[in-house]
Amino acid sequence: MKILAVVEQRDGEVPGASREVISAAASLAEEAGGEAHALLLGGPEVSEQAAALGAFGAARVKVAAHDALAEYHPDGYPQVVRQAVEEGGYDAVLLPATSQGKDLAPRLAALLDVPLAQDITRASVAEGALELFRPVYAGKAFTQLKVDASPVLATLRPNVFQAQERDGGAEVESLEVELDPDSWPTVVASFEATGGDVPDVAEAAVVVSGGRGMKDPENWNLLEDLREALGSEAGLGASRAVVDAGWRPHGEQVGQTGKTVAPKLYFAIGISGAIQHLAGMRTAGTIVAVNRDPDAPIFKVADYGIVGDLFEVVPRLTQEVRDLKAQG
Amino acid sequence: MNIIVCIKRVPDTETRIRVGDDGTSIDESGVKYVMSPYDEFAVEAALRTKEELGEGEVTVLTLGDDASQETLRTALAMGADKAVLLQGDVSPDGLATAKALAAEIGESDPPLVLLGVKAADDDQQQVGPMLATLLGRPCATAVSNFELKDGAVVCHSEVEGGTQVLELPLPAVVTITKGEFEPRYASLKGIMAAKRKPLETREAQSAPSRLEVKSMELPPEREAGKIVGEGADAVPELVRLLREEANVL
Ligand SMILES: Cc1cc2nc3c(=O)[nH]c(=O)nc-3n(C[C@H](O)[C@H](O)[C@H](O)COP(=O)(O)OP(=O)(O)OC[C@H]3O[C@@H](n4cnc5c(N)ncnc54)[C@H](O)[C@@H]3O)c2cc1C
Ligand SMILES: Nc1ncnc2c1ncn2[C@@H]1O[C@H](COP(=O)(O)O)[C@@H](O)[C@H]1O
Repeated sequence: MKILAVVEQRDGEVPGASREVISAAASLAEEAGGEAHALLLGGPEVSEQAAALGAFGAARVKVAAHDALAEYHPDGYPQVVRQAVEEGGYDAVLLPATSQGKDLAPRLAALLDVPLAQDITRASVAEGALELFRPVYAGKAFTQLKVDASPVLATLRPNVFQAQERDGGAEVESLEVELDPDSWPTVVASFEATGGDVPDVAEAAVVVSGGRGMKDPENWNLLEDLREALGSEAGLGASRAVVDAGWRPHGEQVGQTGKTVAPKLYFAIGISGAIQHLAGMRTAGTIVAVNRDPDAPIFKVADYGIVGDLFEVVPRLTQEVRDLKAQG
Repeated sequence: MNIIVCIKRVPDTETRIRVGDDGTSIDESGVKYVMSPYDEFAVEAALRTKEELGEGEVTVLTLGDDASQETLRTALAMGADKAVLLQGDVSPDGLATAKALAAEIGESDPPLVLLGVKAADDDQQQVGPMLATLLGRPCATAVSNFELKDGAVVCHSEVEGGTQVLELPLPAVVTITKGEFEPRYASLKGIMAAKRKPLETREAQSAPSRLEVKSMELPPEREAGKIVGEGADAVPELVRLLREEANVL
């Protein structure tokens, strides 16, 4: 089985979710007997990152380097990926289920005329074919899918698959593309960053989420401090109640009408645990809840809970985490 | 300006999901159905656009069975002008859905087509950009707000770490996420008026589904964990557990 992992680059780096996709492609290809390749799109200097991708399991890295590909473009990228897929004759194509991946993959599906399974949380090989599992109803159920087309096209949910470093480098080859960016109708005008260096809640390996129990947007400095203590992989989340109140930006909302997250560690601080919130975070690795109401539904899904006033618990938690990190 | 909004009938987000006897879909008994929440945002966006321009027509379109008429009526009660039901099978294969919608939309060729970013049942998040690609139109996804300007729609699209501003020449396809378009409630007057608004029904030009559900399962129950303790005094023990038992610190 020949599998292509389509990876992203941002500011000269290949983000974690993309490394996970390469590793997943590599282990599936290994299981089925075959090879995993990676496809990297970017500006003229993007080739520099290509060789390093071998460390995550890509036997070959195809690089499409072009000025017009420096940033994701919704009209340009799908064409280039389509070309790589058609030329390479792949049996499966995997992308990260990030905003970019979930925007690109459906366009690619339509261009290739194959169905798409978004947000896969489990994949395996049975009788030489891929078995894909994905959450539906916001994680209240899971389905196993059978894809009746080739290539099999899927996006993988970030933080669920492991990025594993392996031995061995990759062969790097360039994909010759002919592009006519003037014919692309969409103008990518600008980008307004919200979080600075803080990872987005959908990608963060650790999430500190606050709810109405925080009482006031001013109190978010408590959560900021905790997030900072937890390190650079930690991001901030929020319940819908506080987003609707205008305390936090929409981009931080976790849940049915917000983002679905699966971090290794999720802190729910002053969040009751309504079904729509749980939908967005129940696949997290470890869930910690701090709530003064011992009957709050969040405790039904939390691995660890503290019943108490968050205004006392959170600062102490921040302190203890800092002390722990200081010890190394 | 004429706008088409694609909407889908889905179980209410409060629904407790149970697997049906076939083992591949949900048990529908007792389930309350609603318009998918993101589609409500899209309907609201269309109505506001029409109101601001002071002209045009908002058509809501769905692929589904006869029960979806109720969802269409809800949109008409919010203020949409007319509704079209494409009768056909709905599957998790968004491309099959997109093809059926494209066959209908291609005929009327409206300057703006709005969809929800994802439907709150299969959560596939794909029909919008697929439809756009089939129609050969530009598309912006996960848009929290947009303005019309000089024959283009300027979209604020939510991506990791921020908001991207995209300008699409019309005709265009836009998928709406939560943001500026908090949906209105249907007024009593709106509900009465909806009964008299046109609702057309026709056979969908269905494409076969190539994505088959082999099985559906409930997630393993998350075992309720332990209450480590009460108040700030419990923190050192929590940190110890996170480090030694859960291995996450
Ligand atoms: C269609 C639909 C979609 C929705 N989508 C989402 C979604 O995507 N995401 C989402 O989160 N919600 C969503 N909701 C809303 C959801 O139903 C809840 O209303 C919301 O999650 C509640 O937010 P909360 O937990 O912050 O607030 P509350 O339910 O008010 O809970 C606040 C909690 O803080 C605790 N508390 C208060 N003070 C303290 C203190 N000093 N110390 C410790 N604890 C304290 C309280 O005990 C309480 O449990 C949706 C609802 C609908 C109808
Ligand atoms: N059966 C359908 N009929 C009409 N519109 C649909 C249908 N299915 C999906 N859509 C539209 O496509 C959006 C995204 O759905 P999905 O890609 O299935 O998550 C929805 O929010 C709707 O706007």
